[in-house]
Amino acid sequence: MPKLTAAPDRVNDFVVKFANVNGTGSASANSLIMKTIFRMGVPVTGKNYFPSNIQGLPTWYEIRVTRQGYAARAGRVDIMVAMNAETYAKDVREVVSGGYLIYDATWPRSALLQRGDITVIGVPLAKMVNENFDGVRNRILLKNIAYAGLLAALLNLDLEVIDGLMRQNYGKKPKLLDANTKALRLGFDYAKQHLSCPLPLRVEHMDKTRGHIMIDGNTAAGLGCVYAGATVGAWYPITPSTSLMDAFKGFCERYRVDPGTGARNFAVIQAEDELAAIGIVLGAAWNGARAFTPTSGPGISLMNEFVGLAYYAEVPCVIFDVQRVGPSTGMPTRTQQSDIMLCAYASHGDTRHVLLFPANPEECFYMAVQAFDLAERLQTPIFVLSDLDIGMNDWMCRDLKWDDAYRPDRGKMLSAEELAGLDKFYRYVDRDDDAIPYRTLPGVNPKGAYFTRGSGHNQYGGYTEDSAEYQVVLDRLKRKFVNAANYVPKAILTGKGDNQIGIVSVGSCDGAVREAIDVLDRQKLHLDYLRLRAFPFGSDVEKFLSSHSTIFVVEQNRDAQLRSLLTLETAVEKSKLKSILSYSGFPMSCGPIVDGIRAALAEEPRLSAVTTNSTR
Amino acid sequence: MSFINKPKIAHPSLPTNALGLTRRQYEGAMSTLCAGCGHDSITAAIIEACWGLDMRPEQLVKLSGIGCSSKTTAYFVSGAHGFNAVHGRMPSIASGANAANRELTYLGISGDGDSLSIGLGQLVHVIRRNVNMLYLIENNGVYGLTKGQFSASADIGTQAKKGDVNQTPPIDPVLLALSLGATFVARGFSGDKAQLVPLIQAGLRHNGFALIDVLSPCVTFNDHEGSTKSYIFTREHYHAVMEADFVPPAAEIAVDYPVGESIPVQLHDGSRVLLRKLDASYDPTDRSAAYAFIEGKLKQKEFVTGLIHINESSTTEFHTLNKSSAVPLNRIPYETLSPGSGELDKLMGRYR
Repeated sequence: MPKLTAAPDRVNDFVVKFANVNGTGSASANSLIMKTIFRMGVPVTGKNYFPSNIQGLPTWYEIRVTRQGYAARAGRVDIMVAMNAETYAKDVREVVSGGYLIYDATWPRSALLQRGDITVIGVPLAKMVNENFDGVRNRILLKNIAYAGLLAALLNLDLEVIDGLMRQNYGKKPKLLDANTKALRLGFDYAKQHLSCPLPLRVEHMDKTRGHIMIDGNTAAGLGCVYAGATVGAWYPITPSTSLMDAFKGFCERYRVDPGTGARNFAVIQAEDELAAIGIVLGAAWNGARAFTPTSGPGISLMNEFVGLAYYAEVPCVIFDVQRVGPSTGMPTRTQQSDIMLCAYASHGDTRHVLLFPANPEECFYMAVQAFDLAERLQTPIFVLSDLDIGMNDWMCRDLKWDDAYRPDRGKMLSAEELAGLDKFYRYVDRDDDAIPYRTLPGVNPKGAYFTRGSGHNQYGGYTEDSAEYQVVLDRLKRKFVNAANYVPKAILTGKGDNQIGIVSVGSCDGAVREAIDVLDRQKLHLDYLRLRAFPFGSDVEKFLSSHSTIFVVEQNRDAQLRSLLTLETAVEKSKLKSILSYSGFPMSCGPIVDGIRAALAEEPRLSAVTTNSTR
Repeated sequence: MSFINKPKIAHPSLPTNALGLTRRQYEGAMSTLCAGCGHDSITAAIIEACWGLDMRPEQLVKLSGIGCSSKTTAYFVSGAHGFNAVHGRMPSIASGANAANRELTYLGISGDGDSLSIGLGQLVHVIRRNVNMLYLIENNGVYGLTKGQFSASADIGTQAKKGDVNQTPPIDPVLLALSLGATFVARGFSGDKAQLVPLIQAGLRHNGFALIDVLSPCVTFNDHEGSTKSYIFTREHYHAVMEADFVPPAAEIAVDYPVGESIPVQLHDGSRVLLRKLDASYDPTDRSAAYAFIEGKLKQKEFVTGLIHINESSTTEFHTLNKSSAVPLNRIPYETLSPGSGELDKLMGRYR
């Protein structure tokens, strides 16, 4: 029996990482632990690092217990639960000095486990489980629950909370509940008998998760589509966006089926490819339904042709791009923000598109609704740029709320009566001088008929090859895009805005940036932070860029795409923008941001001096 | 203006349909195709078919891809919305439009290039999805707008205007549709309007995906000696197997066919297609037999025309399978679509 070495007392502030084999059912044990901590009132994050594989390859799950409520990955591992022999060596190396490693001692692994500065805890998990349960598959599954029990004792988890979760998960299957409870006790009792429990790294009740939920961004976005009143969803399966449509479909089956007749107020169409998926969305939206497609980078590449048509013919549609690692097929199960430029200028010819950047699942929900309103108000494609980290990981968010007074903004759509009162309808005339024309739906009134085309057209909707006529439409489209900045969500400023150094970032970088700002603040380096939430950029963005002398642009891609977009689309002086880039495929942690800013300021000490002398 | 508007003045003596509309009111903009183009004859047949069906112009939705054929949606029923999609992708636009509003009548116009090359994938899947629409292929065997390249429907041995001989086997849209289980498959010839009009009417009224392949010679690039899609070759080699007369729901059956020679097929809206056999052994409700018959005739370089296959008892139409509400999805009030704040509050419990 190993003797536990003393470690700093880190209540509610540590990281447990589980190394598992894909397809062995470890996810339910890992989420059981995470949810228990959450229900004990302690803020927590769960990050899943999984392979593009169904069974057999290594997979990791990382739980960060964070009493401060940080959303980012910690970038360190305090406790490693090493259940995958294949990755033992790597997993052992990853534990911080003074940390712990738990492994299955049924098979001795001593040669691999030599590290003097960590505490190694060997527990004969497989042996215990095999002695108590039958069936190969059953034993594999229950071994996960056994280590959950072990951790429950080591981390001081509340058994009542665990029991409550198990009853909720298996309540309708008493046999399953019994087996899982027994397996949990096996691990728990072993730890209590053989190990000193709890560890100094442990969980204690707090009250910081009230009014919060744990939800992933794809589920939240799918739910947002339901509340936005979307009725047609078309898609082609692609990681990591698949669960968005799964969620939408699931919610529709719950909320959109007439209990009497079974009639369904929605259509989910699995298309033959992304070219068809976006085509179906355009057809449905053109015909007056709220329609959307979820996809990822490779899907956006395929959709480019139709996106150009939607831009030019002014067909509203919503595209969720749950970004993954590119280029090409890339690493489908890793996260990145590398589709920013692709989406901003998607398709050939002069095109620019409205982008929304949710930073967490809560924003995925609300921005999904906003995206449909914007699409119909502006009659153009709206891209919601989420990513794998937001889309597929569980984040702690405030409860989602709904205002029943909400009604969709259908934009400028003429009714049968309005059409009847018109002398003549022209599709692309700028009647209100706001660069947004009026549209009509098929079937409403023959006066509203027009011809939608991607070929050159004049403001009356007619085919044209006349330069002047063509330019009238193209110039209006440019004005419409510029005006879009007045409709999209504003950027969020953190700090007073009077520091000389600023950070600009988007999306899932937010948690890491906020944590970095706290760290730097403690080091007496004060920064302002502007989180962009949309493109085109508004005057608030211009103001922030002009009022800071040095701006760090934090983003998750190799080529500094956000920085490029800022230099192209604002008046900012290029040399003011310094990049901090992360493109490993793993979610960002605050470390590289702190280090990056420190290193840059060390090169230019003048900046550091100016900032530290500021008023804060 | 670089497009021409035809004056919409109709002579008072022109006949009107049940809606009081003349044929002129089903016309569109002036065609910009070559003089003598088969496609213009098809446009005329569509106008006649819609007028004869007493269709409100706004009831029709016109969809097309890219190419000479796809341009024609601008040349008929100007009171209907039209959507000129990107090349080969009209089927997906049609699928989405139909999903949003099941009450309108969808007419897709495509060509052999648009449907059988760049758009083959979308054609196959719209058939498989069984979207309620009429899909009309104006088939001339060549790419016209890019000056006469072979299309995927060009027959082996056919000669291009510049002398090239095609050696790759053609894709026959009729055989393709039959193999995929399309529930209405027909072939027509742009030069035979009497046969084509009732086929279009029946196809528009069919509940499910209807395909009509219309042989439509290209006078500029494919109407020469050596071409198997010329007017002369088509006239000499087309074989009408099954004549169809469309009978609207309320109308009496005016034509009296001898019993045993005509097959009345009831369409879902109460209208009927009267099929008259020109070939005694042919049964258009037998898909496998139809396939074998057409394939055999193609080997003899004969193009079988008429209503080749019909299946009115299929239950795979998109909205039927989807169990869609009878009210079109684009007209369901938001109050019905939103679960409301109470449900959201309840749902939050699942995520704690």
